[in-house]
Amino acid sequence: MSVREKFDSELNLAQNQLIELSTMAIEALDKSIDALINHDIDAALKVIEDDAEINVLEEELNDRVILIIAKQSPVATDLRRLIVLIKIASDLERIGDYAVNIAKETIRIGKEELVTPIELIKQMRSLATAMLRQVIEAFIEEDVVKGKEIAELDDQVDELYGEAIRRLMMAGASNPEKLSQITQLAFISRYMERSADHATNIAEQLFYLVRGKHYNLNN
Amino acid sequence: MTMTIKADKKKSAATPEQGIKVPVYQTKELNLWYGEKHALKNIDLDINENEVTAIIGPSGCGKSTYIKTLNRMVELVPSVKTSGEILYRDRNIFSSDYQVEELRTRVGMVFQKPNPFPKSIYDNIAYGPRIHGIKNKKILDEIVEKSLRGAAIWDEVKDRLNENAYSISGGQQQRICIARALAIEPDVILMDEPTSALDPISTLKVEELVQELKEDYSIIIVTHNMQQAARISDKTAFFLNGEVIEFDETDAIFSNPSDKRTEDYISGRFG
Repeated sequence: MSVREKFDSELNLAQNQLIELSTMAIEALDKSIDALINHDIDAALKVIEDDAEINVLEEELNDRVILIIAKQSPVATDLRRLIVLIKIASDLERIGDYAVNIAKETIRIGKEELVTPIELIKQMRSLATAMLRQVIEAFIEEDVVKGKEIAELDDQVDELYGEAIRRLMMAGASNPEKLSQITQLAFISRYMERSADHATNIAEQLFYLVRGKHYNLNN
Repeated sequence: MTMTIKADKKKSAATPEQGIKVPVYQTKELNLWYGEKHALKNIDLDINENEVTAIIGPSGCGKSTYIKTLNRMVELVPSVKTSGEILYRDRNIFSSDYQVEELRTRVGMVFQKPNPFPKSIYDNIAYGPRIHGIKNKKILDEIVEKSLRGAAIWDEVKDRLNENAYSISGGQQQRICIARALAIEPDVILMDEPTSALDPISTLKVEELVQELKEDYSIIIVTHNMQQAARISDKTAFFLNGEVIEFDETDAIFSNPSDKRTEDYISGRFG
């Protein structure tokens, strides 16, 4: 039996909350893009409404971690793990905010037919959500090799983002009356690209947890 | 014999350049046996001047034995034998011409439980200097005041110097013992769990005092309180079963130790 059973069980609870938070944030991102594709205002409103739960869960996780630090005086890997939990939770909460932003843009676009096919945005969604799912798995397994592979996928998302912006600008030139929608779609592309960046941030936190050093995987 | 209190001394021009550490103690291949029991195994440790070095480790790991070896107090145990060297200021303290009294004048010690003499506060502090032949009342008064100030207890006891040292609190008694150690103008202060019998406020006072004292002295502290080691020391040595498992900057030991056994110990997973 571990000497620090209480500490370990508290830590497990915090880690489980993080997994739950990641599931909610990824689902929100997925649903916001679904709402966009389907012009589904109700679904977009639901994404906005559900974000409150993500925020509450992030706060609960932070409070739990602060209490563990205050009561258990963790050091070394234990301490790094707790700090990393807080930072990853913040990344996930931000992803929830991006989903809300996408949902708001979706509501602004409304039933209006989209000027460009949103194939690129769909591809970015697939990549970003896969990156997020896998990076959380890698974090739980403390697998830095997998973490690095996931971070490398970010380049593909960046390329898709560049291409999406290029096409939107071209569409803007031939459809000046649709400039508002084009701007919304550009923002949405940006939110997807940023979500993938947060997956890379999480991979960096995984490296910090395992190796005790800071790595920049964004370059 | 002239006696000056070290805290008065200005740093000499010969003070080493910043960043260059001067070892006060160098331990080389030290082995120690209590009869058949091999209590210290191949210890190599350099203790730097004007630093606080913490020694941590589970009970029976050899940490108290090690610091008692530094002032040769361990020789009071009949069956003890040693091999290897401990250089104090470049002289081997085990060499036959090294007078133990000389060593102990340079190396003061503070123990786990406050152990003042059953005398007045004044006489406790003046005890060492008197043994060293100081009889002049004015000089003794000066030493007593400076030592008590150095141990951050002067203001609390200045009006009660003639009271028995047992009449004050445990935390105050411990600082009296530190003042007593300072009175002989040591170079090094050894502290064997100096706060384990103290309440949290007294503990903090002693910890703050240690931080101040390192400006003028080199301090080696054995502690069971991991957070204390983390708070007050510059370097930390982790002992286990008579061996030094890891010796590094305290920041490194408590944030990213290189040995799993160190990590397990400091994070409370064994010991």
